Amino acid sequence: MSTPAPDVDLVQLLTPAGELREHPEYSPRIAHLDAGDLRGMYRDMVLVRAFDNEATSLQRQGELGLWAQSLGQEAAQIGSGRALAPQDYVFPSYREHGVAHTRGVDLPDILKLFRGVDHGGWDSDALRFHLYTLVIGSHTLHATGYAMGVQRDGLVGTGDPARDTAVVTYFGDGATSQGDVSEALVFAAVANAPLVLFCQNNQWAISEPTSRQSRVPLARRGDGFGVPGVRVDGNDVLASYAVMSEALERARSGGGPTLVEAFTYRMGAHTTSDDPTRYRTSAEDEYWRQRDPIDRLRAYLTSIGELGDDFVAALDAESAELGRRVRTTVRAMGAPSATTMFDHVYATPHATLDAERAWFAEYEASFEPTEQAQALDRADERPTVGEVAL
Amino acid sequence: MSQHTEQQVAQPAGRPAAPPLATPPATGVQRLTLSRAINAGLRRALETDPKVLLMGEDIGALGGVFRVTDGLQKDFGSDRVVDTPLAESGIVGTAIGLAMRGYRPVCEIQFDGFIFPAFDQITTQLAKIHYRSRGRLTLPVVIRVPYGGGIGAIEHHSESPEVLFAHTPGLRVITPATPADAFVMIQQAVASPDPVLFFEPKGRYWDKGDVDLGITATADDVASMDRARVARAGTDVTVAAYGASVATALRAAEAAAADGVSVEVVDLRSVSPLDAETLVASVRRTGRCVVVHEAPVFYGTGGEIAARVTEECFFHLQAPVLRVGGFHTPYPVNKIEHDYLPGVDRVLDAVDRAMSF
Repeated sequence: MSTPAPDVDLVQLLTPAGELREHPEYSPRIAHLDAGDLRGMYRDMVLVRAFDNEATSLQRQGELGLWAQSLGQEAAQIGSGRALAPQDYVFPSYREHGVAHTRGVDLPDILKLFRGVDHGGWDSDALRFHLYTLVIGSHTLHATGYAMGVQRDGLVGTGDPARDTAVVTYFGDGATSQGDVSEALVFAAVANAPLVLFCQNNQWAISEPTSRQSRVPLARRGDGFGVPGVRVDGNDVLASYAVMSEALERARSGGGPTLVEAFTYRMGAHTTSDDPTRYRTSAEDEYWRQRDPIDRLRAYLTSIGELGDDFVAALDAESAELGRRVRTTVRAMGAPSATTMFDHVYATPHATLDAERAWFAEYEASFEPTEQAQALDRADERPTVGEVAL
Repeated sequence: MSQHTEQQVAQPAGRPAAPPLATPPATGVQRLTLSRAINAGLRRALETDPKVLLMGEDIGALGGVFRVTDGLQKDFGSDRVVDTPLAESGIVGTAIGLAMRGYRPVCEIQFDGFIFPAFDQITTQLAKIHYRSRGRLTLPVVIRVPYGGGIGAIEHHSESPEVLFAHTPGLRVITPATPADAFVMIQQAVASPDPVLFFEPKGRYWDKGDVDLGITATADDVASMDRARVARAGTDVTVAAYGASVATALRAAEAAAADGVSVEVVDLRSVSPLDAETLVASVRRTGRCVVVHEAPVFYGTGGEIAARVTEECFFHLQAPVLRVGGFHTPYPVNKIEHDYLPGVDRVLDAVDRAMSF
């Protein structure tokens, strides 16, 4: 069973039972959050889970080719995502639906990729949330380079909170074994880039436990690169927010990169093509179900009398409405025209591609019926049985 | 393309202004080696666009292992001529991020055989992000690769992997054969909004030629970097070549002329896209085609050209299209590399075979 390794501190501000816990370094970072902010986090997590469940259903109904669930990782994603400033830029992997939500991605847009109508799905520059990257770990280098660009633009350490900019890359425990992630740590460290490397250790890379990726806690992976690391309870939305806030502040102020290991759990399958019953136990599932990120914030808000029935009822209705909208939107996502496959391969004309595009158009046109053929078709039409008077 | 004029270069926000250049930009025609011509082209790109950055291993104080970037860090600073960690995937991966932030990185891969750690970033990311984003994101990244053999190097230092990239949609693959082209084409590669693999024929780095330094390539004129050029006119057989093989083809043409065979040499200049128009026009005139490149013949550029020429020139052909190039072996030890490389004699042998049909 995958449980927290004992040899590294876990930052936790909210216990699994929903009790607030003091932490000398991190509690001050959530002191400004009021009950309304916490309800906002709760709402985000509930909506993202509703979306995630709806997407899983749509895959089962044949509406999506594949779906990668974020189930169980809502606190790590909403907590860290809500700590971002508008000017910060995020490079996600492909399971960051919660972070996408905090960046303003309209959730159904994520499903374009999984339905097979678009390789991307949103305006990444406008939302400052890059497209999903499916090749594990590749985008951590893009984030590093982007952060090096931010440095060159003079947007680090100015002291102006509206200008200082951090870059964040999200990846998983499996990705830490990729050379690109190590290279990102090297480049970011050497450049002192304004980067946060946010690793969601959800304990499983498809069927392989984190013990197949590392002999040391992942939070320590940065040590040899000179990148400080911290392990946070990724099922604790408040701790995720606090730890991310600190790392972002370090990046924006010129303090360099930080590696955050958010210790969480992939409650669902890797994707809808996976079968976790082949490699993990129901006891493990149960252990983590007791640590559900939504349950613990609900328990806390309830205990302080800040989760009113009206709010809960309105959120239930909003979740149901989101589910309906997701279904309707996805079912309306039609295939693009075949000729769009030739679009945007290059930004400027490419003779070889252009010749193929022209050939394809001609080939397609050859199937369009000529006027003569249409006339023959009409002549061929005979009354059907139903139309013949009996 | 515009004639170069001195201009004030806008500085990125928040950066101190660069010190004035020690010497004004060179103009006029000068006789330069191919490597110096690339250096001059890079210098011009750095002067013209403050977003241009050079990145690579040992490109700063050392000036690169071939000195192609000699003196540039001194004049443009270590933020614009960046000595990177020794990791090719990291170089290309961070260049992608810099390009997304609005920069125009020019990456140097030290040797052809060292590009493979970056192969994933180049083929799965650099080549596809414009497509993935439906054109919203452009990645004006140039990857400079010294390539090819004939310099007595050890393993992994003499390869010709251009076809691997030409086979990848989303990339442009160009290679100059002369100093004049090198100077202009590197500027065009930098100005292009598309990712460009810029293959430098390292065996010709020390070849000299006249270079018109008055030319500054702009974004409005990158199309000509795709076009082939007739390097020598002839009537009996077309020899298509690129990079280091162009000079070989020209020497072969000279020798063939002595035997009364008129060889037309087409310098392709671009491997992707392929300027089929120029090539087909030539073969329709001559009726014969020989393709020369250092890369292995099997599944190579020559095969692609043979197919296209056969489709487009079938009734003009007097002989099958013949290919001269590397064998289906790893690049051999340098003591026998001249038996592997397509030299003048092997080109002439192919010309003779084409003429004998």
